[in-house]
Amino acid sequence: MKASLRRVWGLMYRHLALYRRSWPRLLELAYWPVLQMCIWGFTASYMASRMGSTMALAGGALLGGVLLWEVALRSQMGVAISFLEELWSRNLGHVFVSPLRPWELVAALIGMSVIRMLTGVLPAILLAWVLYAFNLFALGPIVVLFFANLMIMGWWVSLAVVSLILRHGAGAEALAWSVLFGLTPFSAVFYPVAVLPAFLQPIALALPSAHVFEGMRAAILHGTVDWHHLAWAVGLNVVWTVAGATLFAAQFRAARVRGALLTIGE
Amino acid sequence: MAAPVNPAYAHRMEAIQVQALTKRYGATLAVDGISFAAARGSTLGLLGGNGAGKTTTIAMLLGILIPTAGSIRILGHDMATDRFAALARMNFSSPYVALPARLSVAENLRVYGHLYDVPQLERRIGELAGELDLGEFLHRPAGQLSAGQKTRVALAKALINRPDVLLLDEPTASLDPDTGDLVRGWLERYRAESGCTILLASHNMAEVERLCSHVLMLKRGRVVDSGSPQDLLDRYGQDDLEAVFLDIARDRGRPMPEAAQ
Repeated sequence: MKASLRRVWGLMYRHLALYRRSWPRLLELAYWPVLQMCIWGFTASYMASRMGSTMALAGGALLGGVLLWEVALRSQMGVAISFLEELWSRNLGHVFVSPLRPWELVAALIGMSVIRMLTGVLPAILLAWVLYAFNLFALGPIVVLFFANLMIMGWWVSLAVVSLILRHGAGAEALAWSVLFGLTPFSAVFYPVAVLPAFLQPIALALPSAHVFEGMRAAILHGTVDWHHLAWAVGLNVVWTVAGATLFAAQFRAARVRGALLTIGE
Repeated sequence: MAAPVNPAYAHRMEAIQVQALTKRYGATLAVDGISFAAARGSTLGLLGGNGAGKTTTIAMLLGILIPTAGSIRILGHDMATDRFAALARMNFSSPYVALPARLSVAENLRVYGHLYDVPQLERRIGELAGELDLGEFLHRPAGQLSAGQKTRVALAKALINRPDVLLLDEPTASLDPDTGDLVRGWLERYRAESGCTILLASHNMAEVERLCSHVLMLKRGRVVDSGSPQDLLDRYGQDDLEAVFLDIARDRGRPMPEAAQ
């Protein structure tokens, strides 16, 4: 177990050393979440000043949505881009012939994803508090469950992205940035699932994120904890995580059959 | 020494045992049922032209490529079922697989020291820095080094875990004669001191003659001849391995019937 943890740390150290030497990479982590917070924060402030307290509550839900969706986005990108860093540096050949197990690789990527997500999202949370007096943590301990579910969703989506990169090579790398944006309309980040056309609602309800944001709106607008939606989010995350891990394991093995692990970056 | 393996022939003295190894990509047969063994402490050369199957064979030995058929045992571990136990005691170097360019040499060695669970890692990095003369650029980004310096760093990475089996794909490619000679000297010294088994794929025939106790000649995925460098020189009536290589590549030679697959 000690050796296993050390291998996970070894790969995380590789990425942390990279960030230590590259301030543009560090800046990029926080740049987009902070920019998003500025745009939507000022929009919400403006609308609240024009339309009163009801709009202020809706503005709170908007800011909560922006911040929590960034948790999912940054978690997904954290795994996928850390994997791509190995591919871009043509280092995968060395990594895959070391005693590092595939699950240890995933654990290290997830560890980096948590660090990247916190580095990106915490400044935006702080900014929301300082500029717009919106304190996400005022929702109470339930915020931890929202965070956890959205992080896990980011991870299983990224396992699917990494699987596609293993299958299709560097040509699939654009998915690392774009795939979760494609799920935004179905995730009910800024509006309830009920707003969607009836035929799209089952798609939304199959995603943990839609249940998390329904729960967030219940907490912000009504001050209640919607355990029903949270239970669905947890259950769906379990199902999708198993599916993502199975896909990753299958594609990893297929890459070993095709010899793609040595040539994937070319 | 190395030789085609008799199925009844085992084991303990052999660091690498390969039996009927085959790799097929669709209609292309990249490696065609090759068998060989390498005794512990030996240096086995893998020679052949481009597309002969050297890199494919090395990739299968490293567990990064799953064979279509056949078996590989390294240090007694079956690579199909127990590859991580073997990988912990192996290492690999190739000029075609890079180390992260933005990390310093020391950081790169630290990463691989952790991945291979090397005890007293900082001390080991210091030892390698001394042995391979890395001191002056230990804290410089790996991407800023010259080809010769990069090769020394790649070798340090390959030796970080004091491997019992070392797989080297063209370890001195693109090096000047002086640096190439130094690298060959380090490899000889490491093998003599540690009893490590080395498998070397190279296009540098002088290097193979100097380092290898046994050579496998590959062509179109098959072993077409094998023996010690001197055996091959005698058999083909040539003065150097390059001439033997050309004889085999151009079908001018006369491979021993028992060595052909």
